[in-house]
Amino acid sequence: MSPARSGGHGIGRRQLLFGGAAAGLGAVAALGIERAVTRPDPQPAAEPVHGGETVPFHGAHQAFLTIAPQAVCALVALDLAASVDRDGVRRMLRLLTDDAARLTQGGAALADTEPELAARPARLTIGFGFGPGLVARVGGPAPAWLAPLPAFSIDRLEDAWSGGDLLLDVAADDPVTVAHAVRMLLKDVRAFGTVRWRQDGFRRARGTEPAGMTMRNLFGQVDGTVNPQPGTADFDEVVWCAEGWLAGGTGFVLRRIRMDLDTWDELDRPARELSVGRRLATGAPLTGTREHDDPDLDAVDALGFPVIPEYAHIRRARGDGRERIYRRGYNYDVPSSGGSVSESGLLFGSYQADITAQFVPMQHRLAELDLLNTWTTPIGSAVFAIPPGCAPGGYIGDTLLEA
Amino acid sequence: MHITGVRRALAALALVTALALAGCAAPSADPAPSAPAAAVAVTDAWVKAAEGGMTAAFATITNDGDADVSLVGVSTEAASMVQLHETVADADGNTSMQEKAGGFRIPAGDARLLEPGGDHIMLMGLTGPLQPGDEVELVLVFDDGAERTVRAPVKEFVGAKEEYSHGADTAGGGAHDGMSGEHDAPGDGHGGHAE
Repeated sequence: MSPARSGGHGIGRRQLLFGGAAAGLGAVAALGIERAVTRPDPQPAAEPVHGGETVPFHGAHQAFLTIAPQAVCALVALDLAASVDRDGVRRMLRLLTDDAARLTQGGAALADTEPELAARPARLTIGFGFGPGLVARVGGPAPAWLAPLPAFSIDRLEDAWSGGDLLLDVAADDPVTVAHAVRMLLKDVRAFGTVRWRQDGFRRARGTEPAGMTMRNLFGQVDGTVNPQPGTADFDEVVWCAEGWLAGGTGFVLRRIRMDLDTWDELDRPARELSVGRRLATGAPLTGTREHDDPDLDAVDALGFPVIPEYAHIRRARGDGRERIYRRGYNYDVPSSGGSVSESGLLFGSYQADITAQFVPMQHRLAELDLLNTWTTPIGSAVFAIPPGCAPGGYIGDTLLEA
Repeated sequence: MHITGVRRALAALALVTALALAGCAAPSADPAPSAPAAAVAVTDAWVKAAEGGMTAAFATITNDGDADVSLVGVSTEAASMVQLHETVADADGNTSMQEKAGGFRIPAGDARLLEPGGDHIMLMGLTGPLQPGDEVELVLVFDDGAERTVRAPVKEFVGAKEEYSHGADTAGGGAHDGMSGEHDAPGDGHGGHAE
């Protein structure tokens, strides 16, 4: 079967399925002919098109934290210009909120010079975070955790991936949608500041595997098994702040974690599994058979050694039950500038109501001992307050600026 | 300042004539009586940022009514003079903008897009800088007497650079007197209201 014939067949099907005006007698007749010719090849059903799906923008919480993560994201941090005062921040946030409200619903932004690119939102969400500098600039009260993280011995932080006054979190199931939204937002923000860094991330493409599966990182590990799910009471307790202008918002830690694929390659499969405490194939703990089985940290083997080693990542990450976070991670894979052929890693995004109480103790434990540290290095670190969502007519940050 | 007088005159003109009209500085606080029959809506309004001089406003005007209407004037405190401009191409393909005599007609059941490179609302003699994120209140006046007030955000925009057909520079700040002169000469040959 020639590709051309196959394509013609597909068009005929689609016209019939969607009842397009073009699906007249001629198309039906053509389809009949095609069928006669191509009968031996079973045709898959027309692929579902989901570029039109939207996520509501307005609400109690910023939308990106209410849904399963999309396929691609762009995180952009900006430094505010010295001249931008409280009123300037307000003007900027009103513009950006308007852009976000329109783009996420599949509409062009005002003054959008490429409105056609906005027409397929593909679950686009646009979120905003405030760094310590922005909150200080407007004279707002800052939670104690809104500051750079304490230094960890494992850190090799680079300014190029750290800090920032304003965070834009743009995510969708389509990279063209993300590129256009980022461009539109940056055009409106450049009167107020400059881009400090941009970090792009990806997961499996939409439809490659069933929705709801835990992502894999570029070490091949199932990454993020223990994670509260948006929309559950468990998630609400872990993530949302309860008081002040941040009520309905949260604290965000972004860590850019370089993963050394070259040295990881030296590790054979059993050693890789011991370093984390999970099976690579299923993500199941070494003491279980399925991904979500509870690990048995007391189990020992015939020689009396723990089945899940003392240095295993999942043992070290587990705290006293209070130290829980919501992870929304993305892989990165960018051109290498060094001696390695690869420059890859994880945009480790951690959301929690109180960074000091929930994230920092866990990070301290992992910095002290976690075999994964052998192959991973934090090279970027940033902390942002994620304000709550807004109502129609309001804007992201209005709880801070209209207080 | 004869704001009230100018405003009243503007409304009267709107009702009786299709002459090109000037926008004018007007207090936007007092809502003027408007004809309830007009099913016209103004959405997606925005203004190109400018430090001074002149700039342009854009919007979508929708007419859900049974009768055609025309936008015949706009007033705002942000500018001392407002004109309705169309963009035209000359024989060489160069585009320039000129005042649209008779205003912008919106047929019944139709919409008209005011956008860079096309029809737009020209704000001249800005009364102050228009910075990104500011909001400009615009009062759009239609030939049936209806008025619509919108708040248009100001956005940084590098397009919309068409030359004014009478030689004024869009970025200039000192071209007002010349332009007022042009404006004061009605019937400058663009009376083609028929579309």
